[in-house]
Amino acid sequence: MMKKQRTFFGIRTILPYLRPFRWELFGIVAASALGSLIDIGVPLFQRYALDRFVTGGDLRAMPAFVALYLGAILAAAGFNYISCLWGMRVEVGIDRDLRNAAFSHLQTLTFSYFNQNSVGYIHSRIMSDTQRIGELLSWTLLNSAWQLCYVVGAVIAMFSIEPRLAVLVTALLPVVALLYAVFQKRLFSLNREIRELNAQITGDFNEGVMGARTVKTLGVEQKLADHFAAGTERMRSRSVSAARYHGLFAITMSFASSLALALVLWQGGVIAKEQIGTFSMFMSYALGLMEPVRWVVDAIGSLITTQINIERLHKLLSTRSDVVDRPEVVERYGDSYDPKRENWEPLHGDLEFRDVSFRYPDGEELVLEHFDLKIAFGTNLAIVGETGAGKSTLANLICRFYEPTSGTLLVDGRDARERSQLWLRSAIACVLQTPHLFSGTIRENLLYGDPDATEEEIREALSLVSALDLVDSLPKGLDTDVGESGDQLSTGEKQLISFARAILKKPRILILDEATASVDTLTEQRIQHAIDEIIRGRTSVVIAHRLSTIRNADLILVVSDGKIIERGRHDELIARRGAYYRLYTRQYEEEATGAALS
Amino acid sequence: MQHRTGDIIQRCTSDLDTLKNFISTQMTEILRIVILLGLSIGFMLGMDTTLTLIALAPVPVIILYSLIYYRIIGKAFLECDENEGILSAMAQENLAGVRVVRAFGRERHERDRFTEQNRHYTGLWMRLAKPMSTFWSVGDVLSGSQILLTVCFGAVFCLRGRMLAGEYIAFLSYCALMTWPVRMLGRMISEMSKAGVSIERLAYIMNAEEERASGAALRPDLSGDIVFDHVRFSYEEDQETLRDVSFTVPGGTTVGILGGTGSGKSTLMLLLNKLYDLPPEGGRITIGGTDLRDIDTAWLRRNTAMVLQEPFLFSRSIRENIAMAEEGASEEDIRAAARAACLEETADSFPAGFDTFVGERGVTLSGGQKQRVAIARALLRKAPIMVLDDSLSAVDTETDARIRAGLSEHFRGCTVFLISHRITTLKNADQILVLDRGRVAERGTHAELRRAGGLYQRICEIQEEA
Repeated sequence: MMKKQRTFFGIRTILPYLRPFRWELFGIVAASALGSLIDIGVPLFQRYALDRFVTGGDLRAMPAFVALYLGAILAAAGFNYISCLWGMRVEVGIDRDLRNAAFSHLQTLTFSYFNQNSVGYIHSRIMSDTQRIGELLSWTLLNSAWQLCYVVGAVIAMFSIEPRLAVLVTALLPVVALLYAVFQKRLFSLNREIRELNAQITGDFNEGVMGARTVKTLGVEQKLADHFAAGTERMRSRSVSAARYHGLFAITMSFASSLALALVLWQGGVIAKEQIGTFSMFMSYALGLMEPVRWVVDAIGSLITTQINIERLHKLLSTRSDVVDRPEVVERYGDSYDPKRENWEPLHGDLEFRDVSFRYPDGEELVLEHFDLKIAFGTNLAIVGETGAGKSTLANLICRFYEPTSGTLLVDGRDARERSQLWLRSAIACVLQTPHLFSGTIRENLLYGDPDATEEEIREALSLVSALDLVDSLPKGLDTDVGESGDQLSTGEKQLISFARAILKKPRILILDEATASVDTLTEQRIQHAIDEIIRGRTSVVIAHRLSTIRNADLILVVSDGKIIERGRHDELIARRGAYYRLYTRQYEEEATGAALS
Repeated sequence: MQHRTGDIIQRCTSDLDTLKNFISTQMTEILRIVILLGLSIGFMLGMDTTLTLIALAPVPVIILYSLIYYRIIGKAFLECDENEGILSAMAQENLAGVRVVRAFGRERHERDRFTEQNRHYTGLWMRLAKPMSTFWSVGDVLSGSQILLTVCFGAVFCLRGRMLAGEYIAFLSYCALMTWPVRMLGRMISEMSKAGVSIERLAYIMNAEEERASGAALRPDLSGDIVFDHVRFSYEEDQETLRDVSFTVPGGTTVGILGGTGSGKSTLMLLLNKLYDLPPEGGRITIGGTDLRDIDTAWLRRNTAMVLQEPFLFSRSIRENIAMAEEGASEEDIRAAARAACLEETADSFPAGFDTFVGERGVTLSGGQKQRVAIARALLRKAPIMVLDDSLSAVDTETDARIRAGLSEHFRGCTVFLISHRITTLKNADQILVLDRGRVAERGTHAELRRAGGLYQRICEIQEEA
């Protein structure tokens, strides 16, 4: 009973996507059924021909016969055309709709989902699960309708003409169906194993390609190749086992067909002695009846296997984001897809953490506990400490990538939750430690910050981060292609573009998350000068790793083990001789550690 | 590296699938069909030649018709395939860059872009629907007509006494038997062209020049001097990354390389490890007097421990990642390497310790943690040549100092290349090179360059502002 529940459960998910195609679906089933009826009719035509023309010797009805037959052929072709055409439309349409839905939904999910699921896994959901479901709902449906109709129609035809022979033929049907069902079950677990192996192999393959450079420098090509070969060998042996079952069944099938034919030949001669027409008709049915049975059982098998795809997709579509705007908020301010900018109040930029406690959704410890901090607009806040998740937490909360576990984040004196996420993020720009660009031109990447930016504004942003001469020196300038994930540019160059992109957004709040770590000193110095410029007149949160850059910060927070242990201005903290003091002096003290690179 | 990874992966998965289907299913089918047709026609001829000819008359038409159709459709299929690749890559990029998308509030932009491409891709398939349906229905008509011809003429022949009723029935059965195979034959032949396309795409990978193992077979001692002699190199035609670089690194010493964005520092290391080949007119790189081009690549790499700028970890445990290149490494050695990279404590702090799975299917390590794993991996190898390319950038300064303290032990006797932006990292190197736009702008020890009034001095002053 569990299985049945799951099937229906899956169908409920898919139902909304079937609705736009309900006429096509109906048409497909109808056309298939009608088409199969005509196919059932063919042996009947032959029976007539034999009885009338050959046995009866009467050819007068021939022209009418031919005309009718031709008519039937054309009708069948017509039905076939319709079901094929609409079948294609349904398959492709459902695939497209599911894919769009999955992708859209993904854009709303927060980071904890992406932390828990690998890119490759999610990618399969969007690209291949959707395709399989589309395939199931069109072709499998189409075929099943045809086959089922054929079987039913043929059985009726046989029984209505000569029940004794009909019994002989139809007796085999349930036996064949049962046998096939047994085979299917065995195959099911084998197939699942094969699918898992396939996913593993693909993952390994993926890894080998992505990490090609590292593999080469380590010289472990052979090792990885061996590991991969072991995987493919396992896959091969399982696949061969599966193939054996398939083969066994194919033999059983053709045996059953031949057996049915033999029975007809054996008894038919006795029963239908004078009616060779009937005899011929039964032969045709006997030969043609086993295939449909196999198809129908296959279809049920497909439904079961595609079940998995439906479930996975359903899981994705039903995952809720960690940070969700309440309905009233969406009503007034719109959401990420349909912002109602006319209702947006201007964002001034005063932030306040009020009694905020926070734990990451997949974390165990509280990272912030009853934390209070007021960040007035224009404050330059710096956060320092060892590498780890702690420093980015405040930035993540300000951007509302996560919600506080308890307590409130206030923006301009009001709870951040009272207004939409997009409202807040429209006024924030981030530059992260590792730059991420999208494939396209430099210009396209910059416009990501502000799609309406003019050419002057773009050039100004670039010159502010001293990247203008860099871009101008490229043969295609702004139209230079950055490659997949920007791999045609060096890390430093990518980071400069990321900066320019952030500046172009003209944010009220700027967040720099160790943004100059991957950039060389001279470039950093130039950016630093720009940073000093652009920090003015905004709230900024700088997660620093070079302490000299944050000396003039209005407020410095020192993070250790994810907790904030010190806060104050530079001079105060130095005087305190605490963690900050230690970090600061350590930076340029080579001798203190006694390290000598010789 | 010219092809997008998505494209390579598609070739080796879906193209491979196509080929697999072809060999396992289609080839056997073709054989089956050919034999079936052959035998059937043989028996039919045995009964009545004329009727056979009549029955077979539509067959060549059907086959030809299939052939033409599939040739035409083949191109359309290819276009669909390519568009699927584009869509796939778009999805991939979006997922990889989720932080940026969200931070810039560009969800709608991304969705619209994707929806548009999806619509285009779907449209390509929809355009195929009519021709495909037409093809199948016309095929139905042709097959149906074939049977009709047999039914009618056969009946007439029977009546005229040319053949027995039994033979007539047999003929009808053969016709029925042949219908599907004949229609399939056309399709099979054309699937061959689809398979042909996949074979071509796969062959491209199979035939891609393997890293040349030929010609370079020397395995000299690699602890000698490393000399870059008038090295010039460019990735693209119009852009020279290295213009004229010459320097010598005495064996067993440490050289620090400092340079601006795009100055070519990483390129030098990639050339040193033969990840790119130096063209004949690009100068020479020698180790202990032997030209790099003559040195066995595998030997070279086994004896060079490189930590690249953005480290790549495998989807395995931390322990396996560290011991990736050293099969028989003992637990102590692994721990020692981890300790020197300041990784031991961190690893032990994970619930599964060194057995913690990292990478795509495991725990996501921070940038600094990844770098430390890569450093531990390099240290375990005890190679005579070591390269650390900006390997401490994601690590905070305190840890940086501790790691370098540990490294100094391991560096004894090795030739070390240190690439960094931080003066503190490079300060104690035996010599320092300052690279600027593909050329060595300054060289010397820290003390010398500190006073030389050039780029280095300027950088020092900036970094020392305390």
